[in-house]
Amino acid sequence: MESPEEIRDRVQAGVPEAAVSVVANPGASAQHSLLAYPSHALQVALFLRDDPALRLDYCSNVTGVDWTDREVVEADPLAPERKVKRLQPGYLEVVYHLYSMAKGHGPVVLRMRTVNRSNQVTLPSLTPVWRSCEFQEREVFDLFGVVFAGHPDLRRILMWDEFKDHPMRKDYAEPDDYEWEPTPHGSVLEKARLHYPAPAAPAGEAKP
Amino acid sequence: MNIPGLPPIELAPGPQIRAVHDELHGDLLELSMGPHHPSTHGVFRMVVTLDGETVVKLKPVFGYLHRNHEKIAEATSYLASMPYTDRLDYLCSMTNNWAYALAVERLSGQAVPERAEYVRVILAELTRLLNHTCLAGFLLQDGGASGTPLMYAFREREKILDLFESLSGSRMMCNYQRFGGCRADPSPDWLAAASTLAEGYGRFLDEYEALLTGNEILMARTQGIGRLSPKLAVSAGVTGPMLRATGVGYDVRKVDGYGVYPRFPFRVPVGAHGDVYDRYMVRILEMRESIGILRQALRDIPAGPILDPKSKQRGLRPKAGEVYSRIEGPKGEIGFFLISDGGPNPYRYRVRPPSLVNLTILEDMCLGQSIADSVVILGSVDIVLGEVDR
Repeated sequence: MESPEEIRDRVQAGVPEAAVSVVANPGASAQHSLLAYPSHALQVALFLRDDPALRLDYCSNVTGVDWTDREVVEADPLAPERKVKRLQPGYLEVVYHLYSMAKGHGPVVLRMRTVNRSNQVTLPSLTPVWRSCEFQEREVFDLFGVVFAGHPDLRRILMWDEFKDHPMRKDYAEPDDYEWEPTPHGSVLEKARLHYPAPAAPAGEAKP
Repeated sequence: MNIPGLPPIELAPGPQIRAVHDELHGDLLELSMGPHHPSTHGVFRMVVTLDGETVVKLKPVFGYLHRNHEKIAEATSYLASMPYTDRLDYLCSMTNNWAYALAVERLSGQAVPERAEYVRVILAELTRLLNHTCLAGFLLQDGGASGTPLMYAFREREKILDLFESLSGSRMMCNYQRFGGCRADPSPDWLAAASTLAEGYGRFLDEYEALLTGNEILMARTQGIGRLSPKLAVSAGVTGPMLRATGVGYDVRKVDGYGVYPRFPFRVPVGAHGDVYDRYMVRILEMRESIGILRQALRDIPAGPILDPKSKQRGLRPKAGEVYSRIEGPKGEIGFFLISDGGPNPYRYRVRPPSLVNLTILEDMCLGQSIADSVVILGSVDIVLGEVDR
């Protein structure tokens, strides 16, 4: 199969208005990926599926990744000898692993990123291109909170409908739904103390 | 759902149980099958809208077994997730283990000794025998053949589980694979017992097929039922025997050639109609191919270490990077997507569950079929809720 750079150039030639870049993977597997901008991701996906040399007709895996805000230390653009800290805002990322059943090659990794993690989390749904995204995008919506525009049936899939938060996010805090259970574990007893500050002595043991 | 700064998003209404009145067509009935229906293989619900007995709409509802497996795995070390992968598809813990071990090996660049590769193939093919045998039994049970086919299947399954138990210490929760090999070396006695089983399995299949394959009731209940076109199957990411029953001969063992599979000549059986009968038949034929692979692997297995001496299990910190790695599980393509940030825990851990993706087209297969057939169709998808819900 072609290298990610060649696929990028091919996509750029086929969909000139789309800006596609290659995200390098430094790990041992060297599965590099293509980063598509959400505005033209649907055209890029259609091109990847229908291009006669690629024919990526099978979208195997769809998943989300939560990249939190992080501090990066870099050279000051005004005075390069100084280092400055900069807060790089986090984003949510959706990763598609594409294969070709017709040609027997793959994977091509396609990524999309949201603007931030709070109020601009809409990405185009690729369910119209590959039907296998239907449930998996619902799962990403459910667990990560990415809203897929154009998804035919965007509901929660694993959590219940009334659930509020998105549990796979890195900053998800479990609700304090403590229930009493007689266990000697330290953390449970700690929680019990918070919920029942002064446990009264059992009535039966009170001395006359 | 509300996101600050955006207008509220209207979500599609959740499923409800109600009777819909329509003057032209009479009453449509919305029926909730499950989560405790015996034919749903666990806690799974199908919200079916019925026109008489015909299915006009079907929405699968699941998540009852959801425990956020992925979040738990992201909070623990790489090795600590290994026993937890057993619980995904609890019939096929050996292949789950292998898929996860392979992903971590590719992420951290670890080698596997040849003997371990052979043992992995042997265990994966035994798992395939076990899973397909059980599935044929369950399918027949769903079709109304109470008892006999399922008990025959379970008799054979116990023989394989005995082998697993003597090798790993556990029948179903094997926790056997390690990064860079396997946990315990199979003894010559074990290999001899596995050979005996592989030699005798063909006779069991003959017996099973004599009972079932030409059975008129089975044919009447399954032929032409739940048809799936190859085009839709490919687009919907259906894998495993369900895909091959539609005529698409896509097998990750052949395509990726992971492990030592390229050394074994075997055929990939495909169906012609994509109906429930073809799915049953493809599984039976696949079992016969598995026996051939087993026979060859048990004959050729080399001596040597079972675990790479340089392999690292505890305190594994792979270099930053990511990997998506997949194998052909009995139910379809089971894959693991891992991202490492150089720490002791995976930054992102994702399971690609074959059962969940295969459920995507459940509605398409059931539309226009009768409610009794939807039970058989679901049975032929071969789901395990431990994996669907994770």
